[in-house]
Amino acid sequence: MTSERPAVVHVTCCPDGPFLVRGADVIRDEDGVDHATHRPVVAVCRCGKSTRKPWCDGMHKLLPRTPPTPRAATGE
Amino acid sequence: MRAPLPRGPVSAQVLSWLKGRVAPDVPHVRRLLQEPSADIICDEDRQLTLWTLYELHYTGFDDIGAGWEWSPECLAVRRVLETEFEHHMRASTRDTVRAVCARAGGVAERLFALVLEDDSPSLGRYIQRQADRSEAVEFLIHRSIYNLKEADAHTWAIPRLTGAAKVALVELQYDEYGTGNLDRLHSQMFADTLRACGLDSSVGAYIDEVPAVTLSLNNGLTMFGLHRRLTAAAMGHLAAFEASSSQPSRQVARGLRRLGFPEPAAAYFDEHVEADAVHEQVATRNICEVLVTQDPRRSEDVFFGAAAGIYLDARVAGYVLNAWATGRSALLPELPAPDVLGA
Ligand code: FES
Ligand SMILES: [Fe+2]
Ligand SMILES: [Fe+2]
Repeated sequence: MTSERPAVVHVTCCPDGPFLVRGADVIRDEDGVDHATHRPVVAVCRCGKSTRKPWCDGMHKLLPRTPPTPRAATGE
Repeated sequence: MRAPLPRGPVSAQVLSWLKGRVAPDVPHVRRLLQEPSADIICDEDRQLTLWTLYELHYTGFDDIGAGWEWSPECLAVRRVLETEFEHHMRASTRDTVRAVCARAGGVAERLFALVLEDDSPSLGRYIQRQADRSEAVEFLIHRSIYNLKEADAHTWAIPRLTGAAKVALVELQYDEYGTGNLDRLHSQMFADTLRACGLDSSVGAYIDEVPAVTLSLNNGLTMFGLHRRLTAAAMGHLAAFEASSSQPSRQVARGLRRLGFPEPAAAYFDEHVEADAVHEQVATRNICEVLVTQDPRRSEDVFFGAAAGIYLDARVAGYVLNAWATGRSALLPELPAPDVLGA
């Protein structure tokens, strides 16, 4: 194995959901604590409601969503 | 694993072919299957037959020759059962699929909405709050049929996908398969859970105790996985599966702790709270959304697969909760010996 690896981290923002992060070894949370990643892609909480921070645990789904389309917004 | 016990005339026939006791007679089985099932989801004989034929494509049975996997007779019977089962799944999800296809919004967004709008009773919530130890054990036994070969059915889609969707599915499956680490292989983690709860973790240990409805959940998934024409449905199913897992996993982990099962029992479910919060994004956005962008004709089957998964899940939850609510076991009573059924 070569020790050179591309120092590229991909971050994708999921609408009403987490950041999907690929290529990171460590996620540093707001208290400065480092969390090692142990899967090829991790979901980092963006809504603040996760019970397993810094990771997303799906709790964002219980929050009111941003109205994505005019049709969905008039659904009620 | 040993072959299961038959549950009626069709499974008795097919199992006696597989064990070399009688020569295959497809017309005979066709006649047995002529009358449509009153409810194919809960049809013990049909679901067990289909499950047995499908298992030949996974790790098979110690007492059945591997050559049966592609025998024309087995495929012929499989086809009759699959046609009836697929027809039932399509009919049961038609309105849902029509509505979600007509809706505005991206594929991922509509998949999440489909899962969120499902208001069927929740097994996770029951396990968290109310289940007693024997109910929790029964729940794990139901789950063992799928979870001991977790992720395998979706792997069949890999060679049938191309480009970005293929990359994303492999990324997801690599995580299911432990990212190069046996201890993190999800099926292995589930086996650890079973053992921590005092259960047998060998594949197929409980097959004769698990009712048709749970076999149907597995059969639906295998059908989508094995048929190339249903690849989009397999991926829709995967998306719905992943998107309805984090919360129930958290509930089950809490339930197992509440009931005082040893700590390792909950590890599988803890892992799924986190893993499936990733997988649901990958499956909806990087797989299903991409599949439909590559070919818009796939959208109906993506939603069909998702709706079918939700439907089968709801049938299982309904069956299990109803059994418990009336003070019964959600497992089968002991099956009769094979010779009673002529197998
Ligand atoms: S973004 Fe998913 S729990 Fe916060
Ligand atoms: Fe998993
Ligand atoms: Fe998963």
